[in-house]
Amino acid sequence: QEAAKYEKKVMVLDFVTPTPLGNSWGLGGTCVNVGCIPKKLMHQAALLGQALQDSRKFGWEFTEEVKHNWMTMTESVQNYIGSLNWGYRVALRQKKVTYENAYGEFVGPHTVKATNKRGVEKLYTAERFLIATGERPRYLGIPGDKEYCISSDDLFSLPYCPGKTLVVGASYVALECAGFLAGLGLDVTVMVRSILLRGFDQDMANKIGEYMEEHGINFIKEFVPIKIEEGTPGRLKVTAKSTKGNQIIEGEYNTVRVAGRDACTRSIGLDKVGVMINEKTGKIPVNDEEQTNVPYIYAVGDILQDKLELTPVAIQAGRLLVRRLYAGATSKCDYVNVPTTVFTPLEYGACGYSEEAAVEKFGEENIEVYHSYFWPLEWTVPSRDNNKCYAKIICNIQDNERVIGFHVLGPNAGEVTQGFAAAIKCGMTKEQLSSTIGIHPVCAE
Amino acid sequence: GKYEYDLLVIGGGSGGLACAKEAAQFGRKVAVLDYVEPSQRGTKWGLGGTCVNVGCIPKKLMHQAALLGSALKDAQHYGWNIAQPVHHTWSVMAQAVQNYVKSLNWGHRVQLQDKKVKYFNMKGSFSDPHTIRGLTKAGKETIVTAENIVIATGGRPKYPTHITGALEYGITSDDLFWLKESPGKTLTPFGFNVSLECAGFLTGIGLDTTVMMRSIPLRGFDQQMATLVTDYMESYGTKFLKRCFPTKVEKLESNRLQVTWKNTDLGTEETESFDTVMWAVGRAPDTKTLNLETVGVKTNSETGKIIVDASEATSVPHIYAVGDITEGRPELTPTAIAAGKLLAQRLFGQSSELMDYDNVPTTVFTPLEYGCVGLSEDAAVQCYGSDNIEVYHAYYKPLEFTVAERDATQCYMKMVCLREREQRILGLHFIGPNAGEVIQGFALGIKCGATYPQLMKTIGIHPTCAEEITKLHITKRSGLDATVTGC
Repeated sequence: QEAAKYEKKVMVLDFVTPTPLGNSWGLGGTCVNVGCIPKKLMHQAALLGQALQDSRKFGWEFTEEVKHNWMTMTESVQNYIGSLNWGYRVALRQKKVTYENAYGEFVGPHTVKATNKRGVEKLYTAERFLIATGERPRYLGIPGDKEYCISSDDLFSLPYCPGKTLVVGASYVALECAGFLAGLGLDVTVMVRSILLRGFDQDMANKIGEYMEEHGINFIKEFVPIKIEEGTPGRLKVTAKSTKGNQIIEGEYNTVRVAGRDACTRSIGLDKVGVMINEKTGKIPVNDEEQTNVPYIYAVGDILQDKLELTPVAIQAGRLLVRRLYAGATSKCDYVNVPTTVFTPLEYGACGYSEEAAVEKFGEENIEVYHSYFWPLEWTVPSRDNNKCYAKIICNIQDNERVIGFHVLGPNAGEVTQGFAAAIKCGMTKEQLSSTIGIHPVCAE
Repeated sequence: GKYEYDLLVIGGGSGGLACAKEAAQFGRKVAVLDYVEPSQRGTKWGLGGTCVNVGCIPKKLMHQAALLGSALKDAQHYGWNIAQPVHHTWSVMAQAVQNYVKSLNWGHRVQLQDKKVKYFNMKGSFSDPHTIRGLTKAGKETIVTAENIVIATGGRPKYPTHITGALEYGITSDDLFWLKESPGKTLTPFGFNVSLECAGFLTGIGLDTTVMMRSIPLRGFDQQMATLVTDYMESYGTKFLKRCFPTKVEKLESNRLQVTWKNTDLGTEETESFDTVMWAVGRAPDTKTLNLETVGVKTNSETGKIIVDASEATSVPHIYAVGDITEGRPELTPTAIAAGKLLAQRLFGQSSELMDYDNVPTTVFTPLEYGCVGLSEDAAVQCYGSDNIEVYHAYYKPLEFTVAERDATQCYMKMVCLREREQRILGLHFIGPNAGEVIQGFALGIKCGATYPQLMKTIGIHPTCAEEITKLHITKRSGLDATVTGC
């Protein structure tokens, strides 16, 4: 869309290879179809379930028994997504960007072959190319995984309630899904190989896990599934092995959901044009201008090596790249201090260093961590979860106590964190933080 | 020493308690006098001041009750099956809120005890610059002397006594939060923040509510934003009687109240009956019984508030004032607390840090919340001229509103910046859910001198409402459509 502003002739090829269960979706990518958007909407559905319970304490009266209907929610969510797919198609048309619903792969220098779902092939040439194919879920590589398991690609449009669910993995995707499924009233178990939320501040990750456990989610730690097969009718039998010994356990679930994603770079002909990828991860290394080793081929988004897999980062990188190419701009995407939020039942917002990373980089004696537990006012009347919400800032003592890490666990963590990320970008120090007046009564204060 | 106490604080509210507790940290001998003169209707409460008892806390909790009413409606779209009818019982909510407030009263007493601050439940007045006469409810007198005295008695709601029947038949926010029974069909003049916030939550819990305004809503706030706030409230069900002012209130046989008002647009006089009239016409400083004249503490002749300098000192040495009682200061809990703490640190802790009243963020907790920090657009134009400022703005739709099929017409934000090279941010305004949570961090950024380019370099968190602030790029000057589209 940005390139079209500069009156360049632009084409977008988008194609969704159906999931093993045959699921597919429209224009917009992961975020819109099987990521951020449906995830946040289903998280909201779960939060509303909690709100219903709270509301009784605030004087609202309605029948004791309240049940959730999966199909009603899923249909609403899918309708909204459909409107976004449509909106993108209209936007591309209005901006005179040519769109083809076809699978693109390089066949030679400056040349791409596009194959649509009926198998019709066309060739296109371009001065420059941008690879933004993102990722797809990775399966477990064990007997029964592709036949019986679902992934986030399927979950958000599942035409039946998932019922008793086993979520394999403890990435943020896994925990967010486990979280909202439990919030909707389902029996949920999370099977974790080792730690929760790898790459995130572990102190915070553990608090998130504790909260989820206290709210009824079962955790099976230090186990990995080794086989999935049919169990009693309508159920799947999962066999798992301990990572610490020979113990084997079995369990039955209606749904088994895998987590983990792989870059879509292996079958798009990158070898034909000489674009280097990391053989192990499939990710593409780029310079700080998003350029691959082939000068006329660029890449943005989840497929980049060593960059954050986030929608806003991809958007920013893509826009700035185009402005540099066609509008004489020089700004590069700033990948430092990118804020993020994990939408688990107790939300977690973060920006900057985790405590471990700060200790490693600066040394324990050179950082100061200020922290506090807090109780959102809205949770007092329903008497819930006192002393669970938590916030900490990590300061660099040698640099004027500059705030280098911000972490908050509590409701609306994303809304809270955003402004603090802006302040961190302005180089905020602890003193500036302390001299800012709070807004009362809110969690952020 | 010469005096019994190093510090005596009159008024156990946000500012007073913060000051007292901070001073005690330095090992000083501190006492607090707190006394609540019952309202016209006889309502009274415990230690903690306005915020805890009849302000921020009960207000936000009742606002939450109203928001939960909306959540119940939303929930059905998200798949939750709730059998109709759904209704709200005032007494359940009021009881829960009042119990929580009482726990805070208790908490404050315990804290004072823990910090070895002496607490007197007495009404204080000056005998001389270092002597306070304390009077209990029963009339028992105690004399207390102190080296330093801090006046933090705050304010109480005003009654529009020029309106016949206003005093006899109306209540104020002092009473609303402590009502045991539902206020029923309610009128809340005159469109200040308290009036709108209360009207908002009363509507949200299902009560027939009307706001009467003579002229503009939210005087003192950015007017474009104020209009969006009231537009939302109207679409949400609150009735507005615009360009009207009440002339009398009478009691009917049915025990209802009949309000007569003048409609300045039509030039007519109209009447309607209500169960409750809650006056929210502003607050007056609580200084009458302090005996300030005896010691020469100067007050502003118009407002009655105590005049202080940048160090919170009054016209009399060793007598200070913090909080709502002080002239020219925002009537906010966090500023009172900060000012109280800093004062104690200057008096006893060798600090010289003065309170910074610039860029204080605030939030109006109306049904669609409005958070802001810095200058309003009108003030910025007045200060710098419209050619020298740039206003970036956007209409957005919170993701959660989509499935819930809620109207987001008034969800809007704008950033007022200086136009010159650096583009420093002068003011930020946001209407939407969780406005307070959104604005707080940005207020911090503004304290750090944030510029528009710096905000644009900040990556957004997706999907949130706050991220739209980092994506603001359409200016008012361009005249382009400012509606956010797509992901």
